[in-house]
Amino acid sequence: MRQSGYTIWLLTLSLAAATFGAIVYATGMGHIVVPGGDILRVIAARVTANPALLAGIDPVIPFVVFDVRLPRILTATLVGGGLAMSGVIYQGILLNPLADPYTLGVSSGAAFGAALALVANLSMMGHFSVPLFAFTGAALTLLVVLYLSSFNGQISANTLILSGVIVGAILAAGISFLKYLADEQVAVIIFWLMGSFASRTWMDVGVVTAALFCGLLLSLFYARDLNILSLGNRSADTLGVESTRVRWILLLSASMVTAVCVSVSGIIGFIGLIVPHLMRFLVGPDNRKLLPVSVLAGALLLLVADTVTRAVLPVEVPIGVLTALIGGPFFCVIFRRRQRRAI
Amino acid sequence: MTIAGGFALAGVSFAYGETQALAELDISLAPGRFYGIVGPNGCGKTTFLDLLTGAKSPDRGSVSFGNRPVAEYRRRDLARMVALVPQDFGIDFSFTVQEVVLMGRHPHIGRFASPGLEDWRQVDAAMAAIGISHFQDRFVNELSGGEKQRVVVARALAQQTPYLLFDEATSSLDVQYTMQIFNVAKRLVQEEGRTVIAVIHNLNLAAAYCDELIFMQKGHVAACGPTDTVLEAGTIKKVFGVESRVAFDEFSKTRQISFRYWS
Repeated sequence: MRQSGYTIWLLTLSLAAATFGAIVYATGMGHIVVPGGDILRVIAARVTANPALLAGIDPVIPFVVFDVRLPRILTATLVGGGLAMSGVIYQGILLNPLADPYTLGVSSGAAFGAALALVANLSMMGHFSVPLFAFTGAALTLLVVLYLSSFNGQISANTLILSGVIVGAILAAGISFLKYLADEQVAVIIFWLMGSFASRTWMDVGVVTAALFCGLLLSLFYARDLNILSLGNRSADTLGVESTRVRWILLLSASMVTAVCVSVSGIIGFIGLIVPHLMRFLVGPDNRKLLPVSVLAGALLLLVADTVTRAVLPVEVPIGVLTALIGGPFFCVIFRRRQRRAI
Repeated sequence: MTIAGGFALAGVSFAYGETQALAELDISLAPGRFYGIVGPNGCGKTTFLDLLTGAKSPDRGSVSFGNRPVAEYRRRDLARMVALVPQDFGIDFSFTVQEVVLMGRHPHIGRFASPGLEDWRQVDAAMAAIGISHFQDRFVNELSGGEKQRVVVARALAQQTPYLLFDEATSSLDVQYTMQIFNVAKRLVQEEGRTVIAVIHNLNLAAAYCDELIFMQKGHVAACGPTDTVLEAGTIKKVFGVESRVAFDEFSKTRQISFRYWS
């Protein structure tokens, strides 16, 4: 099944093209159907600031396309890419194919931080308060989970997931408590927690783009080191990798990306688990190829899932619920397969 | 390919929490020799190697390499001079054998560079020397324990370092592959003047290949020196607590040890 170098380039390019195509196609879908050509004209008109391009288009269309749909669609796309990227990093560093922002409890940590900021109405850093609190929550959770699962500097694969689940459960209780405190604000928190891309703004798009861009740049810079880290700490050290430093940099950047994703979209589970798994099957474990391909595939997958909930299903199902319904069983299959191999 | 000065440890102590692993160690390892480190389980052999690679820093004392403290080297620079074949090798991801051996070239390849002709030449030579070329396209996570261990040895050879450290590198290999790996190591010492420092459990193997032996016991050096002088029944009794007889063996042309296994 493993593809060669040339086909991997082709795969990357086709995924990029498919994602772009899907963005345009999804923007046209919904209550008001907009043809693809009109969408491109609206975007071109905005980008070049040339209203002449809008000739013959219903004046409501530019608003629908540019202010309602595109921010939501782009946020979904970027969040999908970000979660998949975090999954690749967590799995690579923790040497555990079951690790992802959701199973490690990092998403819950980010959600707790963000919910805290929402309930307490903290806005000292303006628009960045929620992402900042989410990042603090995510980073602290990661530290606690790693501490719980490590003995003598070794992290065992199964205790890691177990610790993630335990800490996640405690945080879930904490979030329930915050909901209880939130009073009339409770609906906002509940809906946000279930994961949703409804009413996203260009500000959200900007924040996620910045996080994903930095995270991807850092992880690509250290991608070969990440490959070598999969040989274990001792080997990595003697192969010239500053393993402790690289590990921390990558774990923190994955947590930062996760936190930003959670802060704009709520908890969306399993994207970071499914996508790297499928892509590793196609391109192999080399992170220099795996990272870009996973980001694109994650983007495409979440965009499609969000479009299904928005424009295909009769009622809008929260996206986090949909991904958990699909991703949960997938997790069970991988878990089962690993157990069988371990025997 | 030699580094003048080799390794020197002075007054080195290291503890894991309350447990003292190494105490007041003074020893120097000269270049161009085949060193064997022997001793009972848990006597600090692996910790000793970790101090040489800089993976651990001593609590007290100094570890220097080429007259400079190991801690002052950048990891990448040290990795061009010292390679380690670790004891255990677990990997969950499906890298091919060739990809893993190529990782041995990591310290020689620039961050954004691709492996060059020389890198591929070294990878091929290392795989050929250990006899694993015929399964270079298999996935390492699907290999047997012995096959994995040979891949790790090839990776360390591809690293092309003047110093090679083996941590029980042949523990899961049969006698044929064990000899193959030690023969390669011995040739590197004799023909290219490289230095091998190997933790070895099998005393006869150590006797056959090592120029110098270091007997370790409870974090101390119990005896060290040229194999011919230091390897004797008295030392073995003191360090391992077992009776033995050491005599020159005509067939193997080395000093070999016989044990009274049970009586």
